[in-house]
Amino acid sequence: MNISTPAAPETIDVAQVAVQSRGYWATVLQRLRRDRVTLFFGGIVLLVILISVFADVIAPHDPYKASMIKRLKPVGTEGHWLGTDETGRDMLSRLLYGGRLSLFMGIMPVLYALAIGGTLGIIAGFVGGRVNMVIMRTMDVFYAFPSVLLAIAISGALGAGIGNAVLSLTLVFIPPLARVAESVTTQVRNLDYVEAARASGASAGKIIRVHVLSNVLGAIFIYATSLISVSIILASGLSFLGLGVRPPEPEWGLMLNTLRQAIYVNPLLAALPGVMIFITSLSFNLVSDGLRSAMDIRV
Amino acid sequence: MLGYILRRLFYVIPIALGVSILVFALVHIAPGDPLNAVVGADAPAQVVEKLKKDYGFDQPLPVQYVRWLGRALVGDLGLSVVNNQPVTSALAVAVPNTLMLAIVATTIGFVIGSLLGGLAGYYQGTWIDKVATGFGVTGVSIPHYWLGIVLVIIFAVELNVLPATGIGPGGSDGWQFDWAHLRHIILPAITLSVIPCGIITRTVRATVAEILSQEFVQALRAKGLLNGRIMLHIVRNAAPTVLAVMGLQLGYLLGGSILVETVFNWPGTGYLLNDAIFRRDIPTLQGTILVLAMFFVVLNLLVDIMQTLVDPRMRRS
Repeated sequence: MNISTPAAPETIDVAQVAVQSRGYWATVLQRLRRDRVTLFFGGIVLLVILISVFADVIAPHDPYKASMIKRLKPVGTEGHWLGTDETGRDMLSRLLYGGRLSLFMGIMPVLYALAIGGTLGIIAGFVGGRVNMVIMRTMDVFYAFPSVLLAIAISGALGAGIGNAVLSLTLVFIPPLARVAESVTTQVRNLDYVEAARASGASAGKIIRVHVLSNVLGAIFIYATSLISVSIILASGLSFLGLGVRPPEPEWGLMLNTLRQAIYVNPLLAALPGVMIFITSLSFNLVSDGLRSAMDIRV
Repeated sequence: MLGYILRRLFYVIPIALGVSILVFALVHIAPGDPLNAVVGADAPAQVVEKLKKDYGFDQPLPVQYVRWLGRALVGDLGLSVVNNQPVTSALAVAVPNTLMLAIVATTIGFVIGSLLGGLAGYYQGTWIDKVATGFGVTGVSIPHYWLGIVLVIIFAVELNVLPATGIGPGGSDGWQFDWAHLRHIILPAITLSVIPCGIITRTVRATVAEILSQEFVQALRAKGLLNGRIMLHIVRNAAPTVLAVMGLQLGYLLGGSILVETVFNWPGTGYLLNDAIFRRDIPTLQGTILVLAMFFVVLNLLVDIMQTLVDPRMRRS
């Protein structure tokens, strides 16, 4: 697992994006409409979000209600058609509810990191000089850790818990987002029309708002969506290690962990939570790829 | 060239210092007293005071840091608070095991990834491309700890042809080159290889496609060169990028094998780290993370230098 280092994005069609301004979003929509793979997996992402949000309506059972006599029932049992877990709780209900925490812990760190890392990167890129050096060299230190190691080190030191896991993953994703934001901002800053705006007396705030943000946000946003897939796998991985969500909360990674003892008794059941993580992460990844090519962004 | 290498070497120093500060700081963001793992909460005050002195926890933080760093530089990472053994001796057992697993996994990833990525890039737009690209996306989207469990279910539980856990027969804790040990590395290595597999497939595909679109390939074709000979040119041009990605992947796997090591009870650094976290063994936690991060820093440096040697255009600022 790792975040692929954003290779220096030498070729971003910022100029093109700007030129197309009016027809741009129409073009993007049209491209998306033709992209069946992205539409299909976009539908799955939506479905996963919906079943998580409405888990309390859809779930056939209470996800916390254990039963001594109904432990580890196989998939296809009447009344529990995805079986029951090691304490007799309904698997289907737990998988539905599990999406809430898994999605929350996967998406929130990326959003926080997008806000913090994006801001740091834009400041570094726009101001340049010493500010840039301080910010980017600090990021380099975080970059010196493989992402899994950094996430586990921080949440291992802080201890288990949802908040700690979200915090550690946020720290993992800030540096790559800051790097992308910095390099895109630096490029935009040096474009002729930004120079022209500066020469004609526009304030720094206005230049950032009007010229830089409109060009930089798309690129950072797309890069952030590509991190969600990694984040979901890492977040569930932390819970799998016992560092994220604590029992008895339903969460896919934690369920995968507690069901490990069942692999000899009921292997299919033990593998189910991982299927959910896989489908969700794969869908987010493909949607991100689709959006990227539809928006014609190369980072 | 030499100047660049020296500058690059020099640049590693602040990074390494930053890393050491971060690793040291980990202890102090940790809630609770690091001594809790050694003595119970009801231990007499003098005992706690004496232990504090012995471990150096009574000094101000900067002093503790400088002392810790000074000792770490000469290879002393302190004593484990769990078993009072030097952290370095635990690492001496664990690091080779993790290194072995990471190298085998990277090699598998490199071979399969280059093959699939090369095919995909060469036959762009065909079904071969689609299958290989799909494989690449799957490799980076799959929760590998789950893949490990699935492989255990298939090959150890159902088919019963490969061992489910451990590094060797009978609770062996070190690697040996024999079939009995080799059987144990197959599943964890395959599990760990899916990530580099996916990433190398994607990289090779993009690189090959880019090279194919360059004019010199057309010139070679026009010259009447056979496909095999053209391939040779492509490989030569793609090699620096692919080797760099592979080097970085090895570093990621060294630090990222903790989940796989947990699934397979592989006695490496990840296993050590996991154990240290749950026993709140801070010196072991710090030492392991420091060593793994330094491996990564050095590997990054080597990749940079090698890339520059192969292709001076790659020089990173």
